[in-house]
Amino acid sequence: MSEQDILLKIEHLSKYYSGVKALDDVSFAVRRGEVHAICGENGAGKSTLIKILTGAIEPTRGQFKFAGKIYEKITPPQAIEAGIRVIYQEFTLIPYLSVAENVFYGQELMKGIVIDSKEINRMTSRMCRELGIDMNPRTKAESLGVAHQQIVEILKAISQSAKLFIMDEPTAPLTMNETKIFFGVVEKLKAEGATIIFISHRLEEIFEICDSVTVFCDGKCVVTKDIAELDKKSLISYMVGRDLDENYPKPGVAPGEEILRVDNVTGNGLKNVKFSLRRGEILGFGGLVGAGRTELAKVIFGADAADRCDMMFKGKPYAPKSPADALAFGIGLIPEDRKAQGLVMEMSIRQNITIGVLKKISRGIFIDGGMEDRYTDKYMSSLKINTPSAGAPVKYLSGGNQQKVVLAKMLATNCDVLIFDEPTRGIDVGAKQEIYHLMRELADEGKAIMMISSEMPELVGLSDRIVVMSGGQSVAELQREEYSQELILGHASSKLSAEV
Amino acid sequence: MDKKKMIDYLLDYGIIFVLAALVAVFSMTSDRFLSANTMFTILRQVSIVGIMSVGMTFVMLMGGIDLSVGSVGAVVCVVTAYFMVHGISPVPACVMSLAVAATAGLANGFCVNMFNIPPLIATMGVMMSLRGIAYLVTNGAPIYGIDKNFKYLSQGTFGTIPYPVILMAAIFVIAAFVLKKTRLGRYIYGVGGNEEASRLSGVKIKKVKYIAYAISSVLAGISGLLLLARTNSGQPSVGSGYEMDAITAVVLGGVSISGGKGNIWLVIVGVVIMGTLSTGMVMSNISDYVQQVIKGLVLIGSIAFAQFSQKIKEHHI
Ligand SMILES: Nc1ncnc2c1ncn2[C@@H]1O[C@H](COP(=O)(O)OP(=O)(O)OP(=O)(O)O)[C@@H](O)[C@H]1O
Ligand SMILES: [Mg+2]
Repeated sequence: MSEQDILLKIEHLSKYYSGVKALDDVSFAVRRGEVHAICGENGAGKSTLIKILTGAIEPTRGQFKFAGKIYEKITPPQAIEAGIRVIYQEFTLIPYLSVAENVFYGQELMKGIVIDSKEINRMTSRMCRELGIDMNPRTKAESLGVAHQQIVEILKAISQSAKLFIMDEPTAPLTMNETKIFFGVVEKLKAEGATIIFISHRLEEIFEICDSVTVFCDGKCVVTKDIAELDKKSLISYMVGRDLDENYPKPGVAPGEEILRVDNVTGNGLKNVKFSLRRGEILGFGGLVGAGRTELAKVIFGADAADRCDMMFKGKPYAPKSPADALAFGIGLIPEDRKAQGLVMEMSIRQNITIGVLKKISRGIFIDGGMEDRYTDKYMSSLKINTPSAGAPVKYLSGGNQQKVVLAKMLATNCDVLIFDEPTRGIDVGAKQEIYHLMRELADEGKAIMMISSEMPELVGLSDRIVVMSGGQSVAELQREEYSQELILGHASSKLSAEV
Repeated sequence: MDKKKMIDYLLDYGIIFVLAALVAVFSMTSDRFLSANTMFTILRQVSIVGIMSVGMTFVMLMGGIDLSVGSVGAVVCVVTAYFMVHGISPVPACVMSLAVAATAGLANGFCVNMFNIPPLIATMGVMMSLRGIAYLVTNGAPIYGIDKNFKYLSQGTFGTIPYPVILMAAIFVIAAFVLKKTRLGRYIYGVGGNEEASRLSGVKIKKVKYIAYAISSVLAGISGLLLLARTNSGQPSVGSGYEMDAITAVVLGGVSISGGKGNIWLVIVGVVIMGTLSTGMVMSNISDYVQQVIKGLVLIGSIAFAQFSQKIKEHHI
């Protein structure tokens, strides 16, 4: 590799937080024009590196060389100026601005001293059209679902040309269709000569679009290799330091009695949804973005109201007016958007985990500290939440570890029905296995589990039955014997053009 | 769907109906109330707080708050008077004291940016210090003997429209333009909506904050000039409590207390409601003390309403 070929050279970068080496003396190089993956478990330091490169944080030590210039640190405007564009793992949209205003935020097109709103809207529409995405540029960002928010982030990053595009888990909130669109975007950028750094916990994606991989472990850089030199197995063993068997746990018990029956839910974007859920089973929900799966979950959890809501829970009519209602019945939801709905970012891991069970761990009006610690320890070790202390504010955790805290919080409430909305989004391969086993154990204990998932292997591998939704309706129910990706996708797109 | 949209509209613009209802009530309790004369009286009266509210809107949209506006008004009032009695002619005197106001705004921005002091506390500190300065400049006694013509700034009219009302209208129009059409406006909304995201998008958030606080102070300074013209003397005690009126007007106008959301045109309605309330209550012979109570309730009521409508809208999304 000659110096000429190298766009980005990272030299001994470190980032220490009090007591944590988030990044520990990392060095590697990224070639011009390649798609370079960074892999590693949750908390390995991937996002920390990205944030240093874009100026979101300053490194403790070290430097990097970008396009021939050496930086000991950089500010966000400098990074943009130098030609670095980024999609952060956490959303960075302004909620009250429109899609188009967000896409061009910080880089407004001007007509004299006035922002050229017309042009901004026109350009955004054009970008959407070119990618085949259906989105109104005037919609406010706050009213978008996570997948569409992510698409706005992508549009924002690619709205200007740049030398280096850094993408921190851009595909996590996307389903197969949008992921495909996104890969098209990556190919196009690459063809135009751009370099791309790509982070994902979906290893198939890395083998599909990347040219080389750097693996992180505990803040250190383990290895950089061409993708051709690796297979999935060897990549995983670099990441977790051991071999991992990727099997989905099989049910240990036969499904028991019916616990929740949905006869007709209509409204909130849904139409005549029906299904039945039994104890001891994991019921998967497949579908595309906008199929209404999250909306359904919210209605069942009492977070949204529907016009018509015929449900039976344990043989009695069930119509929750609020999440508190649903929880009192014994129905819990692990939401897809952890930042907005799942966690109190300023509170500690411990406080977040026990917030829903304070009654159980209190004596009189006082919280029993010992009991609180036992609860916290139990879930932190069973989910392998990787952090030095349970007292740390959740906002300092890596993305995947935050997701685990959301899971822990809901598991602590001990509900009979648990609704998981994209439970493994942003979670590393090792921890995914842990979560699958945990869900299966819960089912085997007699709980009933609804799992909304856009990850096909997980949906097919873990579900005992699959309900496919499309256009707000439940269009098919599949038994294990008939599972196939084609069949699920076929049903999922059946109502697409029919009605909006 | 359409019904929901209509409810959202009502929630957004409901404040206009509140104003209509107030006017209806007062025209029943006082027969002098409903006249062009009263209207201009109200507008002239609210112009001082109204201009401060524009600056407050900038700061609050950005997620801050500015308690110092009343004191800035007082300082500008006495400093201009001081300049004028020391032989400086009115125009340079005004320009110089507005520069003083801008400095006060930069001081607010400095405390918020450099020491990370929450805006509520930072501007409260500046508010107290500036009030002290106003008394220091005047030695505690009002400054008399300023240019006689200066009072026309407050009392003059163009046709039947009082100058302060024209001034306020012009400031609202310019502010609306800046907020809706320019980069600065976009960034003020953006910083209020998500500060970290703005920083990462390359927005120089410290600069935006400095500018917003400076705008607020300069506009408060213009209000100070109107105070000077109204009383024709440099009173160190003027304008105290005006920050509360301005905040109430802005919140009434639907600007989110956490920033990022709001419409400057509705702030006018908020301002006029405050004025209508005071004038109407005076004309209906309601005592000063009762007026205080009612103003407080209006502030609480409007925030409660804002939260309530937020909740309804979230359900609609
Ligand atoms: N502000 C902070 N204060 C303290 N610790 C922090 C802070 N930010 C990050 N960390 C820690 O640094 C480590 C690396 O985090 P980072 O976000 O880089 O992980 P990651 O590799 O991106 O993980 P994921 O795959 O879950 O996104 C984690 O242990 C995290 O808890
Ligand atoms: Mg990360």
